[in-house]
Amino acid sequence: MKKVLTGNVAAAYGATAARVNVVAAYPITPQTTIVEILSEIVADGELKADFVKVESEHSALAACIGAQSAGARTFTATSAQGLALMHELIHWSARARLPIVLTNVNRAMAPGWSIWADATDSIAQRDTGWMQVYCENNQEVFDTVIMSYKIGENENILLPTLINLDAFFLSHTSQVVDIYDSERIDSFLPPYNPKYKLDVNAPRSFGALTSPEHYYEFSYLLHNAHKKAKEVIREVGKEFGKKFGREYGLVEEYKCEDADEILVTYGTIAGTTKDAVDRLREKGRKVGAFKIRYFRPFPDEEVIEVLSKAKKIGVIDRAVSFGHEGPFLSEVKAALYESGNYVPVYGFVAGLGGRDVSIADIENIHDHMINNEPENLIWIGVKK
Amino acid sequence: MLEIRFHGRGGQGAVKASDVLAIAAFEEGKEVQAFPFFGVERRGAPVTAFTRISDTEIRIHSYIYEPDILVILDPSLIGAVPLTDGLKPSGKIIINTSRKPEEFSFPEAENPQVFTADCSAIAVKYRLGSKESPIVNTAILGAVAKATGIVSIDSICKAIENKIPIKKEENAQAARETYEHVLS
Repeated sequence: MKKVLTGNVAAAYGATAARVNVVAAYPITPQTTIVEILSEIVADGELKADFVKVESEHSALAACIGAQSAGARTFTATSAQGLALMHELIHWSARARLPIVLTNVNRAMAPGWSIWADATDSIAQRDTGWMQVYCENNQEVFDTVIMSYKIGENENILLPTLINLDAFFLSHTSQVVDIYDSERIDSFLPPYNPKYKLDVNAPRSFGALTSPEHYYEFSYLLHNAHKKAKEVIREVGKEFGKKFGREYGLVEEYKCEDADEILVTYGTIAGTTKDAVDRLREKGRKVGAFKIRYFRPFPDEEVIEVLSKAKKIGVIDRAVSFGHEGPFLSEVKAALYESGNYVPVYGFVAGLGGRDVSIADIENIHDHMINNEPENLIWIGVKK
Repeated sequence: MLEIRFHGRGGQGAVKASDVLAIAAFEEGKEVQAFPFFGVERRGAPVTAFTRISDTEIRIHSYIYEPDILVILDPSLIGAVPLTDGLKPSGKIIINTSRKPEEFSFPEAENPQVFTADCSAIAVKYRLGSKESPIVNTAILGAVAKATGIVSIDSICKAIENKIPIKKEENAQAARETYEHVLS
């Protein structure tokens, strides 16, 4: 059924359709309405789940870890400082191989105190072992919550997923979303039934002291799960497409086939870039857009296949790794190096702290690529 | 794609108006997008909100810089903030005021079409908000329906019933009454 929903409501409806058993979260702008709505849905009895009120984000994830270890499907949500406060347990939940789903409303880190869109909060969780997805629109938020449980709970994967949506540009923007009730989702997403869980009748030890003899192998297995996850993400995305009419992969191409220049980006800027590509094509420019959905596992195969055919690549990051360059830029360049195709790559940083990224900005980015030599860090619209 | 920019002051309901208009258009089978300017909300401070209406998927996630239609909930904003920036040639401007359209001039805009309606008086009549600061969002949507034809007044009223939590009937009546009293 189609409805007009904000990104936050779409996230809450996704968790509801996935029949989560436990929700634990702490409010933070602009995420708050996700759990506000879930608390109403639980209170109304529409979702049979335990809603755990906690005193911090750290406790929220701790509650999810406990419940997930006992075999529950869990959900939480946060933003920026809240995600940073979870950081210790972000590591823990991935290494414990608990397929928790967390929707993070991408918000800038303070100071300057900000509630606006910026991907720095989630990029800072890069090396924890979580899978990371970036959504372009509210439909993708709803669909991704459901797919993430199916992917993460696969017995060969067992990884948590951080689903990112841009503050306000999705969280507080109303759009048409096709939603399904849990009955329709049930045939796609079976109940969570892990092989190993906390059980008084079958006692086991979890997260025990691990000597150098074994820790190394735990890391090796965690990494291998990420490698295997790529295939599972592709398969689940195809199955979702067959069932619900919208197919997803690790990336999405838009008019890249014959493109001389390809603009690579993620999150809401990816949607605006598609419109900019149409406008640039009207002017006779052969340009394409390439959206990266998954930052972890990183889709190097897709990146190499599509981008190595272009003459120039521009990567637009809504984050910066201070002292270096945009984080997605680094990954794209590394993948192309791996392929031996040294296509010139331009790195742009735009939209930090919720600064609007318009079609005109993206046209300027393309102009810059046509008229200049590549550089790793080009600031868009910086006031000097 | 039609792009509509709302200008009001905190407390007048501009953000809600952008949402209700989107839902009315959605009810008529359109793709829609509605969002506020992402600021910090304070009563009386200038507020901007946006609605996009399209026959095809809306992919852009950026503010509206070249609106087709401007909706001004508070005439005191005229001259105080750059309302008409980027308004398309022959764009429509709908103003909540007791004055007539010919009393307004926007020399910076190219051939704008001005419409007025006394939404404040109609909102007061239906006791929407207080006499001093009436909530004019639903009333002005009646004027938007009449002046632009982008949605029917019935769809506006249906969207009001879905989206406005209290005084649903009064809000819908205010929209219908304004619809009948738009000056051009």
